[in-house]
Amino acid sequence: MKNKYSIFSLFKNALTDHENWQRAWRDPEPKKEYDAIIVGGGGHGLATAYYLAKKHNMRNIAVLEKGWIGGGNTGRNTTIIRSNYLWDASAGLYDHALKIWEGLSQELNYNVMFSQRGVMNLAHNLQDVRDLKRRTHANRLNGVDAVWLSTEEVKKFCPIINTSPNIRYPVLGGTLQKRAGTARHDAVAWGYARGADEMGVDIIQNCEVKGIKRNGDTVEGLETTKGFIKTKKIGVVAAGHSSVIANMAGLKLPLESKPLQALVSEPVKPIIDTVVMSNAVHAYLSQSDKGELVIGAGTDDYVSYSQKGSHDIVEGTLHAILELYPIFSRMRMLRQWGGIVDICPDASPIISKTSIKGLYFNCGWGTGGFKATPGSGDLFAHTIANDEPHKLNAAFNINRFVSGDLVDEHGAAAVAH
Amino acid sequence: MFIINCPYCGEREQSEFKAGGEAHIERPKQPTELSDDQWAEYLFMRKNIKGIQFERWVHVHGCRKWFNMVRDTTNDQIHAVYKMGEKPPIK
Repeated sequence: MKNKYSIFSLFKNALTDHENWQRAWRDPEPKKEYDAIIVGGGGHGLATAYYLAKKHNMRNIAVLEKGWIGGGNTGRNTTIIRSNYLWDASAGLYDHALKIWEGLSQELNYNVMFSQRGVMNLAHNLQDVRDLKRRTHANRLNGVDAVWLSTEEVKKFCPIINTSPNIRYPVLGGTLQKRAGTARHDAVAWGYARGADEMGVDIIQNCEVKGIKRNGDTVEGLETTKGFIKTKKIGVVAAGHSSVIANMAGLKLPLESKPLQALVSEPVKPIIDTVVMSNAVHAYLSQSDKGELVIGAGTDDYVSYSQKGSHDIVEGTLHAILELYPIFSRMRMLRQWGGIVDICPDASPIISKTSIKGLYFNCGWGTGGFKATPGSGDLFAHTIANDEPHKLNAAFNINRFVSGDLVDEHGAAAVAH
Repeated sequence: MFIINCPYCGEREQSEFKAGGEAHIERPKQPTELSDDQWAEYLFMRKNIKGIQFERWVHVHGCRKWFNMVRDTTNDQIHAVYKMGEKPPIK
């Protein structure tokens, strides 16, 4: 049983110089067999394990992670959470996640620092205005909060934005989702890991999957760097490496893995209390609680697993940031990094069964998976436990690329892919 | 970021080019006879290789010509560049 985190436990542990905190999760060796194995110990994978144990009572399960938990895209994203997607299927999926976010810290007894500071999307040309207004209407029909802001209202909501009509891409308005915001990405992985571990889930780090053993069209287990592990159900949540795992099972996925970059500035005093995204000029910005500006850049257009992106992508983003926020012209950037994102042709995820019995994939989140972490885990756990999708992720099956029933969120994803 | 040796212009910075994805995907000869599965395979399914990948690039801010490239996607090292219609120089 895990000790509860509270103001009292903080006080108690302060008396012993914080040297006696209980381990948040164990470091077990893999068993010979599990009822289900999740491949990938990022936020989505850990959330999947947590909900499998909690809602479906599957306790004899494991999460395999080739590095350390939360060390991939979970720790590399810009932590933005919102659900203002265009299509009904996406609104259902992302708003399901947003609703879980709203009570997540209490549920996990772990402060994920969820902050509903609002996300504003800017329009810079007439087509942007039309698209964003349409999306606002679509959101409201789906019960997702959204308002349209005029240029003056944008300025009032975020005074540091340059709303002069004389810049190259003037701000013609924007949308605002007030329930949207940010969360602490590491805490999400750690919170789910701690919760899953408490229910008996084995979280096995430094364990890379090397092969998938099959008997005909049924999975039998996984070859790993820690030996063979038998299981009947495998849920793959490997983000940029999804195609690599699929290849082990002889499957091909409609994915391309590309570097996506982000950067943070030196920490400064509070200057921006919301998240501002701009699709047309590709710049998005927020400020972390430490004071760093968190800036998201774009993806490169070539396939790469190098976790490095091109310099010109960062340069382009910073040009846009400087035009929109001249106040930052002398800010220094502290760190820049890349993550490998798996992008689907329709910029929507895959949470699906496959043609192989017992093999499930949760992938294709592309540039925007973090926001969906709790919902993705919940729905993927449902799919694995029942061998059937939940109604909220039924549209995100892998067969949509055969039937043509795509969920095209390229425009509505609010950043160019 | 890396330098690409365009077969028509010589060495240029990668930002002058645009990647066109996996190479050697042949357009169906009889499109009307394709099943939905075959269309999905042609349009959407990709090898997305971690390692040596054969891919198409276009010198979009230069000669605007398409060509093929062999590149290691783990470290972005380019092993060969060859013209459209040519056989890959390495296997």
